[in-house]
Amino acid sequence: MMDASVWALLKKPGVLIILGILFLLPFLSENLHFRHVLIMFMLFASLSQAWNLIGGFAGQVSFGHSTFFGIGAYAALVLLKKYGISPWGGMLIGGGIAALVAIAIGFPVFRLKGHYFAISTFAVAEIMERLFMNWDYVEGAIGLPAPVLEEKFIHFMWYKDKMPYFYIGFVLFVLILFLAHRIDRSRLGYYLRAIKQSPDAAEGLGIDTTRYKMIAMVLSAFLTALCGSFYAQYILYIDPPSVLSLDISIKIVLVTVLGGAGTVLGPYLGSAILIPLSEYSRILLGGTGKGVDLILFGALILVISVYQPQGLIGFFRKK
Amino acid sequence: MDLTILAQILISGLFMGMIFALIAVGLTLIWGVMDILNFAHGEFLMLAMFISFWMFSLWSIDPLLSLPFNVVVLFAIGVGTYYLIIKRVLNAPGLTALLATFGLSILIKNSAQFVWTPDFRQIQGAWLSDHTVELFSLNFSVAEVFAAIGSGLITYLVYYLIFKTKTGRAIRASALDRQTALLMGIHIDRIYAFTFGLGGACVGVAGSLMINFYYVFPGVGSLFGILAFVTVALGGFGNITGAFWAGILIGIVETAGGVFIAPAFKYTVVFILYLIILSFRPKGLFGW
Repeated sequence: MMDASVWALLKKPGVLIILGILFLLPFLSENLHFRHVLIMFMLFASLSQAWNLIGGFAGQVSFGHSTFFGIGAYAALVLLKKYGISPWGGMLIGGGIAALVAIAIGFPVFRLKGHYFAISTFAVAEIMERLFMNWDYVEGAIGLPAPVLEEKFIHFMWYKDKMPYFYIGFVLFVLILFLAHRIDRSRLGYYLRAIKQSPDAAEGLGIDTTRYKMIAMVLSAFLTALCGSFYAQYILYIDPPSVLSLDISIKIVLVTVLGGAGTVLGPYLGSAILIPLSEYSRILLGGTGKGVDLILFGALILVISVYQPQGLIGFFRKK
Repeated sequence: MDLTILAQILISGLFMGMIFALIAVGLTLIWGVMDILNFAHGEFLMLAMFISFWMFSLWSIDPLLSLPFNVVVLFAIGVGTYYLIIKRVLNAPGLTALLATFGLSILIKNSAQFVWTPDFRQIQGAWLSDHTVELFSLNFSVAEVFAAIGSGLITYLVYYLIFKTKTGRAIRASALDRQTALLMGIHIDRIYAFTFGLGGACVGVAGSLMINFYYVFPGVGSLFGILAFVTVALGGFGNITGAFWAGILIGIVETAGGVFIAPAFKYTVVFILYLIILSFRPKGLFGW
């Protein structure tokens, strides 16, 4: 990991300063909501960056990422509950399963182009949610609460304190940032962008498009599953609607596209705007059950897409 | 398996399929003409259902009478959406149009929930409800038969409009080649707005017909929206005839899946069928 491109990223003064500020932010206030919003920001920034690999760089718009997120979440809790395996192991196993599922899904659907691909991933996500809803082994629609264990690093479980989750989330956030930056500058990054621009031309230049799309998809699925396990251990209760629903997939896509798909910076911009907005409005207004938080969410997305069609990143590009 | 049950499944599925087809035709039209997936299509349907519901509950106007009104309102919503939103994102890069229609769909759905609460509502005592009709010694609800026939008729009307009239020719020309159509003196902007309105009008009809036998709640559009997308893709994007046959196929498969496998899995069967067909026909049943 610690190669030239990562050093190049770290040498940019802005990056270190922003990461430093992010790391210090939770010490500003003991407020639990504030820390929760920070954790959710890092989680969605990471999810969105993971999606960006396949959806942004390679231009293969997937609405099926809830599948990988859910696999990660279920792997962590099921393995902990039924086999006593530490969630850290569950996280890796979940990532592995998600990668395998990505390969299984990838073979048939990568042959499809554009919207046919997107709608297929929709279908996969819907099938998976329905299956988990009716799968008794994972408690179906009732959902899976985490077993009550001692607060320990190996158990990946803390009840009152949010700071351990912040540290772990921060590490995940930084790792995925470095990885995305690395890929952005690598041969793989260029291949993926070529595939996005014109699959036929890329094929003509000798790029094995299926192979590189698959690499991007597998990486993306693996990272998304890690985030899923993190989420399960953070919330300590999961059910199909909360980790496998289409809404998760859509939120990941919206965050990325709003920020600017296909750029390393985009996912961070998108989640820096959307996540605090949606979390705070949910905290303040969500209790009414009126959906005011989502009205704001929808309106904001609509306004930004109409007035800044390039995504938030457009604000930085204009001179 | 009893033959009557089989016939019942086939015909019920066919009826449902006709309605799916009408919803999908509105969607595929918009896609075919301006390359835009309108993710708010399902929400337009939900609005149409609510309009008919409230007109019946508040002023006892039967859904059949509110149907023409709904067509006008939904046409206007479509045209408005085009001028206020779609027009501005039409030439934007990549996924912006998707973002815009998603934003719109979230906004409409949650505004509906805000105003009307998430409750499920159904009308009782409309002209068509609570009657059954006997066909080939099988029983069907009059509302469903009527909805199917109505949907079939409107779908044919849209087909006629697109393929047999001058406006339709202009629409097809704009879909084929925007620049050339512009050079031929076609008002692209007006054609696009009209197409979007037409897509809205389709769900306006579907909504008025469905409220006679289906419940309405703010999330009802999500399910029908996704089904419409699958129908459109299965038929081949932009293909009206394709969407019609795909709608009927999905209606029958959904009904059969509900009976033979389990009601909980009826849409799962549809999605699996979609994936299987697409792996053989990557551009849908009627795509090329």
